[in-house]
Amino acid sequence: MSIEAPPRDWFKAPAGAEKLWIGLALLWCFVMSIMMPFWHFYGKQNSRGEAYSVEPTAFMERTATFIEANQVGDENGMPIVEPAPGSDAYLAAMMWSWYPILKLREGETYRIHLSSMDLNHGFSLQPLNMNFQVLPGYDHVLTLTPTSKGEFTIVCNEFCGIGHDKMIGKIIVE
Amino acid sequence: MQTPTSLTDPGAASRRCDTTGLSVCLTAQRFIKLNAVSAVVFLLLGGIAAILLALTRWQAVHLLPVDWFYRILTFHGLNMLIFWILLFEIAVLYFACTVPLNAKLFSRKIAWVSFGMMLVGAIMVDYIILMGKADVLMTSYLPLLAHPLFYLGIILVAVGTLIGVFNYFATLYIAKRDNTYEGSVPLVTFGATAAAIIAVITLLHGAIVMIPTFTFSMGWTPEPDPMWYRIIWWGLGHQSQQVNVCAMVAIWYLVAYLTTGAKPVNETVCRTAFLLYILFINIASAHHLLVDPGVSAGWKIWNTSYAMYLAVLASMIHGFTVPASVEIAMREKGHIKGLFGWVTSAPWRNPAFSGVTLSLLIFGFIGGITGVTLGTQQINIIAHNTLRITGHFHATVVGGTTLAFMALTYYVIPLIFRRDFICRGLARVQPWMFGGGILLVSIGMSFAGSMGVPRRSWDIESAGIYGPAAHLMLGIMGIGAILAVLGLLLFVLLCVGTLLFGEKTNGRPMADWGVAQQQGNVQETSLAHDHWAMKGTVVLTLVFLVCFAVYYFANWKALADVWPVR
Repeated sequence: MSIEAPPRDWFKAPAGAEKLWIGLALLWCFVMSIMMPFWHFYGKQNSRGEAYSVEPTAFMERTATFIEANQVGDENGMPIVEPAPGSDAYLAAMMWSWYPILKLREGETYRIHLSSMDLNHGFSLQPLNMNFQVLPGYDHVLTLTPTSKGEFTIVCNEFCGIGHDKMIGKIIVE
Repeated sequence: MQTPTSLTDPGAASRRCDTTGLSVCLTAQRFIKLNAVSAVVFLLLGGIAAILLALTRWQAVHLLPVDWFYRILTFHGLNMLIFWILLFEIAVLYFACTVPLNAKLFSRKIAWVSFGMMLVGAIMVDYIILMGKADVLMTSYLPLLAHPLFYLGIILVAVGTLIGVFNYFATLYIAKRDNTYEGSVPLVTFGATAAAIIAVITLLHGAIVMIPTFTFSMGWTPEPDPMWYRIIWWGLGHQSQQVNVCAMVAIWYLVAYLTTGAKPVNETVCRTAFLLYILFINIASAHHLLVDPGVSAGWKIWNTSYAMYLAVLASMIHGFTVPASVEIAMREKGHIKGLFGWVTSAPWRNPAFSGVTLSLLIFGFIGGITGVTLGTQQINIIAHNTLRITGHFHATVVGGTTLAFMALTYYVIPLIFRRDFICRGLARVQPWMFGGGILLVSIGMSFAGSMGVPRRSWDIESAGIYGPAAHLMLGIMGIGAILAVLGLLLFVLLCVGTLLFGEKTNGRPMADWGVAQQQGNVQETSLAHDHWAMKGTVVLTLVFLVCFAVYYFANWKALADVWPVR
C-alpha cells in the first residue's frame, strides 16, 4: 500500500502486462530519440543555433551598411532591402520594430543575421509559424530558403515591454 | 528529557487519527495547515488574475489595458507556478515524512523560519508587481529589469523552500536513526523524497541565477549575459515543474489507495520510475532553448532526447501503474465485468477520485503528448513561444498538478483540520468543472498557437493576420477559463466555508466520500500473482500510445511543410 511500508521482498522484476508496457514505452522513447538526429541529417528544418558574439552597436553598423548597399525601396520610411541570392542579410530587432523589410527570391538561400538592440525578442514568421529566439549580444544566423511567394509578417513573440504587440515586421518573397 | 521521535511513544506530541488509525504529529499538522491555507490564498489570487488575463486575450472582450495585462501576467505566473505550488508541496512533504513513517517533524523552529521566509518573500513579490515595479513576466529575462525587491522576494521564497526541504530530510534521517518505522519507506514518501531531491537541485539553480541578477539590479555587479541567464533560469523554471510532477504522481498513488484501496502492482517498477525523474529530468530544461542562438544542435538533441525520454518513460510507467493498481483493486473487490466494468463501478462520486482521474487523463493525454512533441528539437521551430506552449503547460501544471492537489484537499481538510466538508454535492461537481474548464483552455490555446498566435501578447490585432479561426479558439479558451475559474472559486469557497462552518469530526471517522466497495455476493480474491489481470489498463495505455504517435508524426509532417532552415 502506497502509504504503508512495502513487504520486505518488494524488490521484484516486472512481469506480464507491466513488462510489456515498459518494453513498448522504452521502444517508443528510442523511436523519438532517433528521429531528431535523423532529421538533423536528412530533414530540411533544423535549428543549429549558429551564433556569433556581437555588440548591438556593431550589429547596427553592419545592418546600415547592408541597407546602403542593397536598398530597393521604401515603405513609410522603412527601407526595403533585397540581398543578392546566397548572400548575407541583416535584420535588427528593437523596441518595437524589425529593421529593415527584407525582399527575398523564392528558391534562393540566404544567411539571415538576427540580433537584438535591447531586450530578448522573438522572431515569429507568419503565417508559416516559424519561430526563433533573438538575443542582444548574439548574432543568430538562420540559413533560410523561402519556398513560397507572398508577404510574410514577422510578429514578436517574446515579451519586450509595453509596445510588444506593435512590433511587427515584414519579409516579401517574389 | 529527550522528546520521543516515534509518534506512538508515550509522551509524543501526536494524536491518533479517528479515520485511518494512523498517528499524526501535531507539529507537522500545524505546518501542514499553515502551508496549505496560505497556498490556497495564493491560488485564489492567481485565479483572479487568470480570469482577467483570459478575458483580455479573448479579443472580443479585451478587458485589461496594456500595462495591467503584463503586470497581471507576471502576477499570475508567480502566484500560480511558484507560491501556490511550493507552499502546497511543503505541506505534502511534511505529511509524507511524518505520518507514514510514524515520526515527528524534526524541528518546529525550522518550519517556522521556512514558512515565514516563503510568506514574506511571496508578499514582497506580489506587492512590487502590483506597484508596477516589476513588469518583467515570470521569466524576467535579462536585460529586462525589475525592482531589486522582486528578486529578493523570489530568493526569500526559494531559500524558505530549501529550509523546509531540509526539515524534510532531517525528519527522514531521525526517523531512520530511531527506527520509527520498519523496512523501506512507503511509496508516497519515496515519491515525495524524489520531489524534494529535485527541489534542491532546482532551487540551487534559482539561487545561482537570481543572486547575480539581484546584485546587478542593485548596481553592485555587471550585467549577467542574457543567454547565460536563460540557461540557468530554465534550470529553475523547468525543473520546478518536475517537482510538481513528482508530488502529483505521489498524490495519484495516495488517492488511489485512499479511494479504492489500490496498492502498487510492483513497488520496484514504481520506485525505479521516480529514480528516473531524479536522474534525467534536469537535462530536460534544455527544451526551452531549442531555437536559441549559441547552443548547438548536438547540445539540444542530446539534452532533449537521450536523457529526457528516460524521464518520459518514467511518466509513461506511472501512467500505467496507477490505473493498473486501481483496476486490480477493483477486480479483487469483484468488479470484473468485461474490460471496463471496474471503470464504471469506480467511486466517481468521490471528488478526490474524480479529481485524480481527470488529473491523470489531462496530464497524460494532453499535457504529456504535447509536451514531448513540442519539446522535440526541430518541431519546436513551429511551436516556440506560441500559445501552443501555454496550452501544453496548462494541461500539465493546472489540469495535472493543481487538480491533483485539489483532489487531495478533499481528504486533507477532514483528516488534518478534522472538519467535514460543507455542500458535499457541490464538492462532487467541482473537479469536473475545473478539469473541464482547463481542458477547454488548453485546447483553445493549443489550436490558436498552431495558427501562430503568440503567447504573452496583449493584442493580436496589430499584426492584422489572424483570422476568425484563431479568434474562435481564443473564445474557447476564454469560455474554458470562466468555467475553470468558477471551479477554482467554488473550491476556495468550499475550503474556507468548511474551515469556518464544517462540522467537527470530534472522535468519529470523517464522512465517507464514497470509496470502492466489495461487490455484494462475490468472494474477495487476490490477483497478486496474475500479471495480466489489468486488461482494461493495457487497452487504455495502447490507445494512449497510438494518440501519442499520431500527434507526434503529424507535427513532423507540419514541420516538413515550412521553409527549409538550418
